[in-house]
Amino acid sequence: MIRLENLSKIFNEDTPNETLALRYISLDIKEGDFITIIGSNGAGKTTLFNIISGTYPPTEGRVFIDGQDVTRHPEYKRARYIGRIFQDPLLGTASNMTLEDNMMICYKKGFKGLRISLNHKMKEFFREQLDQLDMDLDNRMKDNVVLLSGGQRQALTLLMMAISKPKLILLDEHTAALDPKNAQIVLALTTHFIREYRFTTMMITHNMSQAIKYGTRLLMMDKGEIILDVEGEEKKDLTVDKLVKKFHEIRKRTFETDEVLLSGRT
Amino acid sequence: MVVKDGLIRANRSIRAAFVQQRAQIIGTGQDLYMIEGILVEGLIYGIMVLGVFITFRILNFPDLTVDGSFPLGAAIMATLITRGYNLWFALLVATAGGLVSGIVTALIHNKLKVPSLLAGILTMTMLYSINIRALGNRANLPLLKQDTILTRITTMTEGLMRDEFAILIFFVLVVLVIVGLFVLFFHTDLGLTLGALGNNEQMVITQGVNPEILKMIGVGIANALVAISGAFIAQYQGFADVSLGQGIIISGLASVMIGEFMIKSNRISLLALRALSGSILFKGIMYAGRYYGYYINMTPNDLKLITGLLIILSLVTTKINRIKMKKWIKS
Repeated sequence: MIRLENLSKIFNEDTPNETLALRYISLDIKEGDFITIIGSNGAGKTTLFNIISGTYPPTEGRVFIDGQDVTRHPEYKRARYIGRIFQDPLLGTASNMTLEDNMMICYKKGFKGLRISLNHKMKEFFREQLDQLDMDLDNRMKDNVVLLSGGQRQALTLLMMAISKPKLILLDEHTAALDPKNAQIVLALTTHFIREYRFTTMMITHNMSQAIKYGTRLLMMDKGEIILDVEGEEKKDLTVDKLVKKFHEIRKRTFETDEVLLSGRT
Repeated sequence: MVVKDGLIRANRSIRAAFVQQRAQIIGTGQDLYMIEGILVEGLIYGIMVLGVFITFRILNFPDLTVDGSFPLGAAIMATLITRGYNLWFALLVATAGGLVSGIVTALIHNKLKVPSLLAGILTMTMLYSINIRALGNRANLPLLKQDTILTRITTMTEGLMRDEFAILIFFVLVVLVIVGLFVLFFHTDLGLTLGALGNNEQMVITQGVNPEILKMIGVGIANALVAISGAFIAQYQGFADVSLGQGIIISGLASVMIGEFMIKSNRISLLALRALSGSILFKGIMYAGRYYGYYINMTPNDLKLITGLLIILSLVTTKINRIKMKKWIKS
């Protein structure tokens, strides 16, 4: 469904600060894939997401969605079929607007016209949807989002993304800024929505056991390359130890595990 | 240059005479006229304040085009009136002029990636020349003895009520219609998305909307409102002047901030009313400064200083409140 062809990205090209963030990455994402991506800082995970969603173009290579070359399409155009959630819970919602206004904006992707769609029926629908979150938000639809906690905002962002039914969802460490309890809740909601709507998903995580536990396919990135790509039975058999060992076999050096292993959030 | 300076001086003297005439009215102790004056001016400038509210507060796009689009509205209106065009057509053209100048500012900001402040200053500066052209290569165009929307109103209500009162009622109605449309617009899907843009541009992009187009729409509408306000001021004061817009943005901002002290809400209808009441209160403060300021040796020339100090005062108070709020949350 989504194909990445020979993607590479060089930042600050032709300057002393030149960095190669992605090195000829090719990847085929099949419909229904739930891919978890791990890798240490600077491995190129977020750069990969930025190129898929169109924040900036790749230096080389192409991005295809359903066979269509979207490499040069601007971010807002691609956003119609890509749902993205960032680490920062503030990025998904508009603080100084009410919950229902936020949900209305996210209900349908693409340019908005002069229709007034937020009517009683819509509000009732949003209330039912909010009920799924089990956070008592259905009684706070007229509150500004700024009054919610980070976990509530991230859950709301997740819900709004699910309602808009994108073809691909990109989760960029979306639970990393939350406290452990809320992170757990948001992650549970994430898997619930992915299962219910069969979303094709890519999820970046810093946490190895999380990457192993969730998803149908696992990618490990290092220095701008995908060094490991496992799925199916092979993925089910993975353990953290096996993963660290594999990294060592491939890269002939030890995996910088501290941060990855110690970030003990589940 | 000499000619232009001469013209500017000439129009200043016209304005001074105008102010004097008002002062005489007040001097005779007719406070009612003063209150009516404050209300009418507050309402007319209030339309402009709604525009400033859109850019500064809703879009988070500090836009200085206003200093140019306000006199543009006045200039287009005055010129078309003196040429004998249909008055409502003239108002429509003036509105369109404001819309276009806002769109130009947004385009400069979008395409050349310059900060909104610089884009606004650029348009405002260019508009100065355009406004003089729109006025027929002069700095001032009097509307004495011309048929304007306001003279039509007063002829219509002649014998029924005093002219000043008729004009007040007319502007209450005009502003009601504009506020109604304003509130309605910000309830539409497009209006809601504009609201989100000022809060969180990334969210708007994530929802598949081009923020550049939204900025063009938002800043365009804001300046259209400003131009309508300018068009009415020209008719109310009886002349259009290229320097009408000088410092308008600051008085608009001061009005927005004063309003924010009065009502706290997240409902757009209350926010619109807040901007309007801020405008009326601001005009009241300015009137007070103009007519009672001499007790403390103040002249009308000090009003800009007072306006600036008002804004600084609002900023300081907001900051203090915020610090108090944080302490309150912590404790």
